Amino acid sequence: MGFSTVDRVKTAFFRRHSDGGGPILLDRRRIYLLPTAAGLLYAVMLLTMLLAAINYNLALGHLLVFLLLALGLNTMLHSFRNLHRLRLTPGRCAPAFAGESVHFPLWIEADDDEPRLALEVSSAGQLLLRLEQCPTGGDWLMLPIGSQVRGWLPLPRLKLGSRYPLGLFIAWSNLQPEMRALIYPAPRHTPLPPPRENTGEQGSGDDGLDDFAGFRDRQPADSPRHVAWRASSRQVDERPLLVKQFAGGSHPEYLFDWNDCLPADDETRLSQLCGWVLAADAAGNRYGLRLPNRIIDCDRGSEHRQRCLEALALYPAGSA
Amino acid sequence: MKKGRATDTVLEHAALPWLQAAVLACLLPHALHLPLWLSLGVASTLAWSLNLALRQGSLPPRWLLLLAVLAACGGIVLEYRSLFGREPGVAMLVAMATLKLLELRSRRDALLLLILACFLLLTHFFHSQNLPTALWLLFAVWLIVAAMLRLQTSALPPRAMLHTAARLGMQAMPLTLVLFLLFPRISGPLWGLPHDAQRARSGLSEHVAPGSIADLALSGDIAFRVRFAAGVPARNFLYWRGPVLEHFDGSAWTPARPGGGKPRLETTAPAIAYETTLEPSRQRWLLALDAPTSWPATARLDAGLSLVAREPLHERQRLSFSSSLDYRYNRDPNPGELQRNLRLPPGSNPRSQALGRQWRDEIADPQARVERALKLFTQAPFAYTLQPPLLGPQAIDEFLFEQQRGFCEHYAAAFALLMRAAGVPARVVTGYQGGELNAVDGYLVIRQSDAHAWSEVWLAGQGWRRVDPTAAVAPERIELGLVAALPAGEPLPLLAAMRAGWLLELRDRWDALNNAWNQRVLGFNAERQREWLAGLGLNPGDWRRWALFLGAGTSGLLALLALWLLQQRPRRDPWRKEWDKALRILARREVNCAPGEAPLQLLARVESRIPNLAPDFARVVNTYLRARYGPAAGEVERQVALRELRAAVAQLDKGRWF
Repeated sequence: MGFSTVDRVKTAFFRRHSDGGGPILLDRRRIYLLPTAAGLLYAVMLLTMLLAAINYNLALGHLLVFLLLALGLNTMLHSFRNLHRLRLTPGRCAPAFAGESVHFPLWIEADDDEPRLALEVSSAGQLLLRLEQCPTGGDWLMLPIGSQVRGWLPLPRLKLGSRYPLGLFIAWSNLQPEMRALIYPAPRHTPLPPPRENTGEQGSGDDGLDDFAGFRDRQPADSPRHVAWRASSRQVDERPLLVKQFAGGSHPEYLFDWNDCLPADDETRLSQLCGWVLAADAAGNRYGLRLPNRIIDCDRGSEHRQRCLEALALYPAGSA
Repeated sequence: MKKGRATDTVLEHAALPWLQAAVLACLLPHALHLPLWLSLGVASTLAWSLNLALRQGSLPPRWLLLLAVLAACGGIVLEYRSLFGREPGVAMLVAMATLKLLELRSRRDALLLLILACFLLLTHFFHSQNLPTALWLLFAVWLIVAAMLRLQTSALPPRAMLHTAARLGMQAMPLTLVLFLLFPRISGPLWGLPHDAQRARSGLSEHVAPGSIADLALSGDIAFRVRFAAGVPARNFLYWRGPVLEHFDGSAWTPARPGGGKPRLETTAPAIAYETTLEPSRQRWLLALDAPTSWPATARLDAGLSLVAREPLHERQRLSFSSSLDYRYNRDPNPGELQRNLRLPPGSNPRSQALGRQWRDEIADPQARVERALKLFTQAPFAYTLQPPLLGPQAIDEFLFEQQRGFCEHYAAAFALLMRAAGVPARVVTGYQGGELNAVDGYLVIRQSDAHAWSEVWLAGQGWRRVDPTAAVAPERIELGLVAALPAGEPLPLLAAMRAGWLLELRDRWDALNNAWNQRVLGFNAERQREWLAGLGLNPGDWRRWALFLGAGTSGLLALLALWLLQQRPRRDPWRKEWDKALRILARREVNCAPGEAPLQLLARVESRIPNLAPDFARVVNTYLRARYGPAAGEVERQVALRELRAAVAQLDKGRWF
């Protein structure tokens, strides 16, 4: 992204450095205030009215112009006060898959009892969220940010602005809380590679009918043999087929190897691995990962899944 | 997520009624001045837009709006013969603002409309700047601000919206006042006033024919107000002199051509000073008391002893005069003038002329001829009426010998004609006679219904002398005023017809209020401003000092307002707030919570001191203690408990009366 000169000047003029991970209190040094286009129009209108009042010698015309002018100046203060002493505290951001939108949580709270109205959070000129009123007890702002690529997604620079009360002025503050979200690769659903043949797998590849644990939606990686055809036929609409799920015992164990992937670029391989991890995890199977820089032993559970996805997200970094 | 700039959002449907209310409030007074077809069009467009808002219907297509705009333009051109100028301009703005209601797509459109509405408010002042207009416009500003607020936020309920708008306005008041007082006033038009700035007003006419003043007499409008430095002179001296009519064409009296030299005035009584506030008459007559001895520099005394302004009066003006009530005027004969005032069109009103000539031949002394004519009016069955019969071409003959019913101008005209025929130079003077003292503020109020016509005759050795034939017919007119002079059953000006004491007093109070408004608010012009500042000891010599005053005043007030708005108001615990309220209620019954006194101890004291309040207070204490010190509860439970506490405190508040 090439910044234009204007952008560079803006960067130099308005604060662009990070605000760290702590709470941000909006004080007078952080709040900017400018008339909006409507505000400028209002000013031009007042000037025209003043000229008319002078020309026709209308005492009440003067009074009206001054009332509107004073009102405009008063709303300038109110615009400022609407943001003043708001406190924003970054929260923890849940990971997401590339292509999904991440919701960055930001706790917003006012330091006093004054109502804060019509708050708009935007980033790069795009409105993310509008909060009609900040509740006195505070509230979570869940800022939706689109993710494109895997890895760490930092929260982009935010602008918290408001045109309250009359839309003649816009008050805003630039926020750069230090928040980032981990973005996993976008999963790519392909059939699972053959399970690993080791002691963990007792019977044949077939599922014994030992501990039936219910149904779940079929994923592309599931073998057609696992589909519960009868159960699926009871569903009318176009839901995915159901797959029988079994608990305990005899599950296949997989070691997803970088080299087993389709011969393609790294990102495609990571996506495929991610899809496998999800499929195996959903089936409750044990699985492991072999990346060029790192091996994760077979295991299961949400913690394990998270470790694997993290390794995929941060590849090639994070070898340990 | 919707793409696009954060600012340009679609207008909510729920905001429409606010816009409509604001626009309606802004346009309503215009209905008094706009052509009927436009008012009806505006009303139906508003109704249409209201209907759309209620049904959540879609806006009409663009071509239809374009058609409506063209129709409005066409109508306005037909009505005013132009699209430009003040009146057609206002009509155009009104039409556009209304049609814009049918074309509101985004919030920005709506904001634009409201800003335009502010300008439309100003255009009301072309017609009226009185107190009711000001109050109505304040109301309209309130609605406009509320609508602007509604555009920005939907979080507030309507009452809170109006309340916030009112608060914004109230906070702006001090600054408004400072700007009003300190902003340098520039007097006079910046550019030429459009020709339509001057509309015809009812008022004195320079063309007096039978019936022309009687029309005026039905109007209760105020012509001018006068404040005398010392007391008000007796009523029969209150002749406010307007144009002098010397030319008679057989039916109407009109002024002589200007010129004719300076009047020579000898005063025999001390001058009295007074200040007149003239309502705009679109005329140049300044209506000083007979006879003026000093006047403002912008005026000129003409040969007929009338004060004439340089420019027609388009605005209310405050002028200082002094007059002497006893005077001799043009004692030395001026042949041209006397010649002029003896001229009669031959053949007009032959019977009256014959009667005058008869007096000339029979009575040697001109003074006696005057008295003879007055005697005619007192003796014959002449009647004073506001509804004189219609008269034919020989109007004065008909009046004198047949109908014998007329208003002041009939008598003045007939008298002047008789005198001219009798060889006494005579003419008609119009103006106002009398006035009514407002006991509330001490101003003498002269209304259009006080319009009057009288005569003047020139007598050797005395000069021009005022003769009021109306006084001969209906002395009450001069002594008491029009209402007393008219027989019962005559139509009267609405205000003059009020005889009930309390109504009159109400009217006087209202009048005094209006007068104060006119003097202090509307009359605050460049000159007054300078006087006022000088009175404060601030002398704005040049623009730099002006800028200093204005800048210091404005920024000082803004800083104060900012301090007040931004002062730290720490968050108050809602429980504590309710508890404090309960303690205040108790304090009114003289039970004060001692410092460090626990709620239960206080309850025990309340039980002994105010037993009938104890059950209610017990409920407050229990709810408060349970919420504060009870087991931790979830957010929902806490809200429920808070509501309970509020209810308990409200109950306590009600209970304190019993």
